[in-house]
Amino acid sequence: MFGKVLRRIDWLSILIYLALVFIGWINIYSSTFTEEQTSLLDFGTRSGKQLFFIIVSFVTIIIILALEVNFYERFASLFYLISMISLLGLFIFGKTIAGATSWYDLGFFNLQPSELAKVATALALAKYLSDIQTDLRRRKDQLYALLIILIPAILIVPQPDPGSALVFFALVFVIFREGLPLYYLGIGLTLILIFITTLMFGTIWLVIGLVLFIILFFLLKRKSFRVPIIPLVIGSIAIVLFSLSVNFVFNNVFEQRHRDRFSLWLRLEKDPAKLEQIRKTIGYNSYQSEKAIESGGFFGKGFLEGTRTKGDFVPEQDTDYIFTTIGEEWGFIGTATVIVLFSILFLRLIFLAERQKNDFARMYGYGVISILLIHYFINIGMVIGILPTIGIPLPFFSYGGSGLLFFTILLFVFLKLDTNRLKESF
Amino acid sequence: MRKILLSSIIIVIGLTFLSRLSYLQIFSFSPDQVIEDPSIKRVYTYPERGYIYDRNGHLLVGNDPAYDVMVIPREVKPLDTLEFCSMLGIDKEKFVEKLRKAQVYSPRLPSVLVPQLSKEDYAKLQEKMRKYTGFYIQKRSLRYYDTPSAANVLGYISEVNEGDLAKNKYYIQGELKGRTGVERYYEDLLRGRKGVEYIQKDRFNRDLGPYKNGTLDTLPEQGKQISITLDKILQEYGEKLMVGKRGGIVALEPATGEILSMISGPTYDPSLLVGRQRSKNYTELYNDTIANPTWDRSIHAQQPPGSPFKTLNALIALQEGVLDESTTIRCYHGFYVGRKKRGCHCGGGLRNLNSGIFQSCNAYFAGAFRKIFEKFDTTDDAMDVWEGHMKSFGLGDYLGYDLPFGQKGRIPSKEYYDKWYGDNRWSSSFIISNAIGQGEILATPVQLANMTAAIANRGHYFTPHILKKIEGQDITNPKFTEAKHTTIDSKYFEPVVQGMADVYRKKGGTAYWLQVPGIEIAGKTGTAENFTKIDGVRTQLTDHSVFVAFAPVDDPKIAIAVYIENGYFGSRYAGHIATLMIEKYLKGEISRKDLEKKMLEKTLEHEYAKPYSGEEFKINERVW
Repeated sequence: MFGKVLRRIDWLSILIYLALVFIGWINIYSSTFTEEQTSLLDFGTRSGKQLFFIIVSFVTIIIILALEVNFYERFASLFYLISMISLLGLFIFGKTIAGATSWYDLGFFNLQPSELAKVATALALAKYLSDIQTDLRRRKDQLYALLIILIPAILIVPQPDPGSALVFFALVFVIFREGLPLYYLGIGLTLILIFITTLMFGTIWLVIGLVLFIILFFLLKRKSFRVPIIPLVIGSIAIVLFSLSVNFVFNNVFEQRHRDRFSLWLRLEKDPAKLEQIRKTIGYNSYQSEKAIESGGFFGKGFLEGTRTKGDFVPEQDTDYIFTTIGEEWGFIGTATVIVLFSILFLRLIFLAERQKNDFARMYGYGVISILLIHYFINIGMVIGILPTIGIPLPFFSYGGSGLLFFTILLFVFLKLDTNRLKESF
Repeated sequence: MRKILLSSIIIVIGLTFLSRLSYLQIFSFSPDQVIEDPSIKRVYTYPERGYIYDRNGHLLVGNDPAYDVMVIPREVKPLDTLEFCSMLGIDKEKFVEKLRKAQVYSPRLPSVLVPQLSKEDYAKLQEKMRKYTGFYIQKRSLRYYDTPSAANVLGYISEVNEGDLAKNKYYIQGELKGRTGVERYYEDLLRGRKGVEYIQKDRFNRDLGPYKNGTLDTLPEQGKQISITLDKILQEYGEKLMVGKRGGIVALEPATGEILSMISGPTYDPSLLVGRQRSKNYTELYNDTIANPTWDRSIHAQQPPGSPFKTLNALIALQEGVLDESTTIRCYHGFYVGRKKRGCHCGGGLRNLNSGIFQSCNAYFAGAFRKIFEKFDTTDDAMDVWEGHMKSFGLGDYLGYDLPFGQKGRIPSKEYYDKWYGDNRWSSSFIISNAIGQGEILATPVQLANMTAAIANRGHYFTPHILKKIEGQDITNPKFTEAKHTTIDSKYFEPVVQGMADVYRKKGGTAYWLQVPGIEIAGKTGTAENFTKIDGVRTQLTDHSVFVAFAPVDDPKIAIAVYIENGYFGSRYAGHIATLMIEKYLKGEISRKDLEKKMLEKTLEHEYAKPYSGEEFKINERVW
């Protein structure tokens, strides 16, 4: 029976997974390397611990592949319930590290239940959506689907861990794939656009732009086209109100550090000297990480030769900022390789998801892709300075036991489902 | 549609990342990363700056050790402040204040607590320094001048500024660099090359060990010892004679073009621009805009050369064949330009080349100048030929010596006059003043000296230069070792040289009473009219006193030009000084003590005060 699984499993995905884990571990080793360190397998060091979790993950993979394929669908709701309880439990039993109460202290390692929740939510969402009774054209079902996503996010925000909370919204994409009307996406994108424009140009210019747009629209429209006046007016008013509320929230609800992050990201500060100052103080992390990546050049400085890495200039370099080590020591060749590997993995997973006969497997597959993709997008985007600082790990790379373990589970549950792709039901 | 949406998002994200990464790692990447990398500390070892010697091996500039007491505020432990202060020679309030300032600057980095301790204080302090953690003594090297003279030639060093840093990547903040003169021109030789050690450090500035095991480290390269062409004794003597006078003296060795002395008056002691008082002294010198001690008159002051210029017009006339030694021209105590008479001091009568020179007859040279122009069909052609000859003596353009550029001087061209009078609207009589070195001609003292050297060499000169030896090896730069030939054949020089010798030799010669026993000197006096503006009114001042000379006549060892502002007759200040300098250089001592006494005593300060007195004043006073 296990032989059949090995024959049917998608080896390309596994190879990429192994490559990413290996590259990640090499770079954790490098970024925590000190001259005194001699053994590769010293479990007292971070690279040693990570190696231990890599082994644990491999064992977990075998268990996942060995379990019955319908185990995951059947117990999806239970997992979801357990993970939500574990998130609630943090408020009482949680362990605080670096200001965030996100862990359970299990003695030999710290478990981060939000990582578990990612897997459980993906499973639960897939199960709900694939239910024969669910119809995404109904508002109520749309709402339920959104609630599945929102509950863990809301529980995670006060830890505080807004980065992890944000990840769950990526699952909205699964709902779109399965038929949520696209105008939701349109509204969402419009809101983001208004948010950014308001910050960059101010409400006045936004209104002027809006008026110009409407005038242009009336001038260019076909004569026969009847303008829906009332929605247009309501829409315009809504935009202006939202823009005003953005100003209010930005100036009165946000704390200074949030404002600084945005002014750094959108280059709101026009005085170059002041901007440079912000970059070096508030933007210290991204400034250092950009500089470190830049200093790697095309070929990189070589394994264990990263001077900024050695000097520990980039904070959190073995976790959220692990990508800078690759940039500095392996250069553009290294960073491009990682990005190409991730891209191939995602495209491959889409291909796998699309070939599923079984709805649950397909939806879960999209859940996996969404979660991995948003981590990849936000993490690397932040490290190379095109997104504001949001602290979430890079899947398979960043140091951290829970992260590696649950990303592995997330991926391999899907690969296990894929071995059964030909059956419509399990 | 929904199916491909996610794939396209993935591809767009991938491309965005790749383009951002290629922007960072390929386009913004600069190979100087070791310089900019904050994780690599560079520790420099500075070589000693090269010494400067004169042509005879006398030390001019050396180095003096200086000791700064440094402090790293973070490491300071409680100490016996009173004892420490008494050893440093400062009071407690000052100590506390300095410490506070250092703390504000940086708790981690060293600051100077007390700069430049004396050797005695240093000796006392050195033994006890261990007691005071957080303080240490840093040795520095300061320039030491073994002469009070030649400030204008030697130049000075000062800390590099923003401009230097932008121009030359070698320097870093706080380093010293030659600012003017030899220190600047031969900066690369004198400075040497600092050695560098690269040290890997972490973000708390702690050393982690050598970067790449020290493979990139370099050892310092010593600064070179150089000898310059100045004669220290002659230079100091000349500056002594210049006290109270404004102007320039340049003495050259005609056979090599070496600058024996280069004096600008007034000047200053180069030691003023070293050490703790440096910036105060500099401001004081710099702000003296009337006497202008920081302005090197020997290369920057361009003035009408006056009568020494007649020798060149004589040479051109001979070369162009418009007159010979026996040609005579009558002097009517002057000469006529149209209806207007221009004066002459020579006494009148028939003049030939010889008496024209030694008696400095204006009429003779006005006539010679006319003859040159009459030879050619057009004034333009004549002007071109004349200008070409003049420029072959190094006039009217930068000479190219290894010192600051100085000024070009001016030999007017036909274009110059076309612009002034209009095309074909002028003739030789318009510019007759050029015959006697007035008019539109300007030259710097070094150009006059060079012109004299060319006459002394009978037709060629070597570009004046200041560098003689590098580490004991003679220079080989062809720019300075190859002769530049003038456009005058050497056979025409002898009559002019004899005329110049007769300036001293013959009764009636303008420097007859400056004769020095035992030395045959050829010279030429000059008395140059000059004007200034007082409250916007063009006002004539006392004539400048000019003198050029070389000696001995038959085997010239020294050629000299002396330009003394408002010294009146050439034979007065300039003639005296030139004669004394020549005797000093050739004999080592002075036999004409009367001349020396006069020059050491007399000053022209009263003359320089006249235009600023606000009262009516007389110029060209007979008495002196």
